[in-house]
Amino acid sequence: MKRLFLSLFLISGLATAAVAQSAQYQDAMLKQTSDLDSNSAVDPTVLLAKANTFERIAEVEKTQWLPYYYAAYCQVMMCFVSQDKSKTDELADKASVNLDKAEALSSKNSEIACVRSLVASARLMVDPASRGMKYGMEAGQQIQLAKTYNPENPRVYLLMGQSLLFTPEQFGGSKTKAKTMLETAMQKYAAFKSDSAIAPHWGEPYAKELLSKAQ
Amino acid sequence: MLKVNLYLFLFIFLPFALLAQHKISGKVTDSKKHPLPGVNISIKGTYDGATSKADGGFSFTTDATGDQVLTAVLTGYQLLEIKISTDNAEQLSVILRNDVNALRLVTISAGSFEASDSKKGTVLKPLDIVTTAGAGADITNAIKTLPGAQQANDREGLFVRGGTGYETQTLIDGMLVRNPYASTTPDIPGRGRFSPFLFKGTTFSSGGYSAQYGQALSSALVLESNDLPQRSSASIGLSVIGVSGGLENLSKDKKTSWGVEGDYTNLSPYYSVTNPRQTPNLGPEFVTASMNFRRKTSSTGLLKFYGYGNWGKLGFSSPSIEYPGDTESYKVRNGNIYTNMTYKENLGRDWRLYIGASFSTNSDNINTDTLIKAPVPTEIRIQSTLSQSRVMFTRNLGQFSSLRLGGEYQYATEKFSFNRTPFNYADNYVAGFTEADIYFTPSFVGRVGGRAEYSSVLERMNIAPRLSLAYKLNTLSQFSIAYGDYYQKPEPQYIRFDHGLGYMKATHYIASFQRVASDYTFRTEIFYKKYTDLVKTIPNYNNNGKGYAQGVEIFWRDRKTFKNVDYWISYSYLDTKRDYLNFPKEVQPDFAATHTASLVYKHFFPKLATNLGFTYTFATGRPYFNPNLPADKFMSEKTIDYHALGVSASYLTTIRKAFTVFVLSVSNAPGNKQVYGYHYSSDGLRRGEITPNLPRFVYIGMFMSIGTDRRQDVLNNF
Repeated sequence: MKRLFLSLFLISGLATAAVAQSAQYQDAMLKQTSDLDSNSAVDPTVLLAKANTFERIAEVEKTQWLPYYYAAYCQVMMCFVSQDKSKTDELADKASVNLDKAEALSSKNSEIACVRSLVASARLMVDPASRGMKYGMEAGQQIQLAKTYNPENPRVYLLMGQSLLFTPEQFGGSKTKAKTMLETAMQKYAAFKSDSAIAPHWGEPYAKELLSKAQ
Repeated sequence: MLKVNLYLFLFIFLPFALLAQHKISGKVTDSKKHPLPGVNISIKGTYDGATSKADGGFSFTTDATGDQVLTAVLTGYQLLEIKISTDNAEQLSVILRNDVNALRLVTISAGSFEASDSKKGTVLKPLDIVTTAGAGADITNAIKTLPGAQQANDREGLFVRGGTGYETQTLIDGMLVRNPYASTTPDIPGRGRFSPFLFKGTTFSSGGYSAQYGQALSSALVLESNDLPQRSSASIGLSVIGVSGGLENLSKDKKTSWGVEGDYTNLSPYYSVTNPRQTPNLGPEFVTASMNFRRKTSSTGLLKFYGYGNWGKLGFSSPSIEYPGDTESYKVRNGNIYTNMTYKENLGRDWRLYIGASFSTNSDNINTDTLIKAPVPTEIRIQSTLSQSRVMFTRNLGQFSSLRLGGEYQYATEKFSFNRTPFNYADNYVAGFTEADIYFTPSFVGRVGGRAEYSSVLERMNIAPRLSLAYKLNTLSQFSIAYGDYYQKPEPQYIRFDHGLGYMKATHYIASFQRVASDYTFRTEIFYKKYTDLVKTIPNYNNNGKGYAQGVEIFWRDRKTFKNVDYWISYSYLDTKRDYLNFPKEVQPDFAATHTASLVYKHFFPKLATNLGFTYTFATGRPYFNPNLPADKFMSEKTIDYHALGVSASYLTTIRKAFTVFVLSVSNAPGNKQVYGYHYSSDGLRRGEITPNLPRFVYIGMFMSIGTDRRQDVLNNF
């Protein structure tokens, strides 16, 4: 009897702990992910603090892919917002390690492929002349993978539109094609249903901004 | 029941207990007390933590109580875990120790310039070779813009630090290339046979190189061929001098690839509309075919095959200096085959294997009446073959150090006939080498090794020690020194007539300093090279020649200061004298200039999708032989200074789906007069200038590639 009670309590205790844990996870993740589209998220210090926080969460929640994913996202965004390209490879290496861990927990994930594409683009920017061929191709391949895994992912169209917009016309870029692509992105954003409040949801304001540039 | 109540009690009150928060704060520094920003600090097993600020300070609160583990993580530093008590964890002093990583790891650098994508901090990228104005997409011409190389543009090959072109060896994937330059007529240097697009890495070593390489007194040009392509593609090229086409095919599993390339060059239409100093009387016409095969045999194993064949004919007639009013003719028909197969694999347990084999054959049939008209005309046939095999084992020693052991065998035949009189020989050459890279600390490395060689035609062996040290001052700067003995067989034309000759020898001493950042490079070297046992042809063939070379070299490359501009400057000061061949005394030889400088400038205009580039090269005049002067004035006169300005423009576009580049390039655009030396008649009464056959060369071409997207590839270049 005593033993039964004890185990009941233990089970309920563990369950309570699990729920508490989960709530703590949700809260922490929500706090970190809610402002990813805001202006503060273009500050390298803010991004670094966020990346570190996501890595701390990932260290505890080893079965969740999202903390690794977001850590990588913040690290690759640091590459883009910083003028100093000498840190890019180090950050891209870190992001890749995190994406590998995320992918081990969630394979064939469209969102992870999108960030992989960003990592390749960031590496390309360090030295477009000599790296263009390798990383330009990889960035494109990852976007195609992302599209295969989930054709409804609006970030796929955002990244494709961005690439069309910033590539000179001689090299296949096109404002009109970019506009069509970004409009598709906007439609996909409108239709996109996140699995949860902390699932990847970034990019809509940026897509809007790019669309105004493509007009 | 008491126990159960206790649990109940705990579960009810625990949440409140958790609310008791503790403040954790402190400062992170490195071992030299410099603050470290960006460090990820946390209480192990919780989310609680912070990122250190610019001054290294951090502060956060935690729900954890009692004894906890604080972790601090920063790339480039060792992970730190310290025990703390949450009750007393303010003003912590956290000290991180340097971690060893590739960025801090020093590498052997004295004497070598590397163009590679795979390694960070290289001086040149492979594309730089193609996009250097005035170089005409020729590897050797591009390398000539680096310090150490001479502008000896009347003869083929790289003349490095007082050495002749023969003293530089070209290696592809570790295998020697016996005839790296196209055969041509005198005073018109042959182009390098191999396209720069074949190679992912090029290392130009101007001295002090590894014991892996032998039979080069001055320099090694080490070319590393491409691995599997990214995807299948096709390309075609069209220019004022010829057409080319290629296919690359990558298998679906991305483990096997093959490629074929062909080109046809005919310079006679170009010469017919320009006004060359020497008039073509045969060709110039060249056909080249090449193929490659690559296969990934496992995750770490790679097999590569490359086969190349070239057939060319060219001949020129020019006014005779010996017989005024007469013309002289020199014609050469050349056939060249080069094949090379290599295999690399990890053997596990820290061992790596490399095996290579190659076969090449080259034949030149020369008809000439440029010699004094005794037996008219002269027919010279030269045929050389080289078969070689090479094996190397590499073993990792500890974290960074490694040991290399290897050997090679070469069988060479040299056939020569002068008006059907043969002078033939064959040589069996065996070499073994061993070398260790030993890291005393991550920023201090020593390379010590040696090479032993035996040549059957010389019937001699030699042992050549090599030593290099490099010390890294900080992440960007390092000092290096190198020492080595280098031996080389005399040139075939001397061995052929006298088998009693021995090795020629050079000893190198080099000190260098370099600072390499992501967008600029500064490098300077001083060197001293001592030559002994050089071949002399008077009074009879002997090894009594000697000489020296010493100098200072500076290289600066900058991609930062001007937007869309990339430029580099090299300067070489060379003091060299030698007594060899028929020299009556030790003098500055006719291939060496005292001062040489280059400025390479590349400017990309994104809106026009156009690249403009120019290369300016300068060299002081070179000594030449005037037979009218007494022996004590031998080589005392010098030619005029050398100036050349190469200009190129390329426009990038797409035609349908094919990426297309239009190229216009002009060598020596201002048409400066360039005199490399003089030919004298045998009585010394008349002389002719040695100058380029055309004062300037205008090249217009178009390249299309389908499949491979090379847009980014050339975005800032060409």
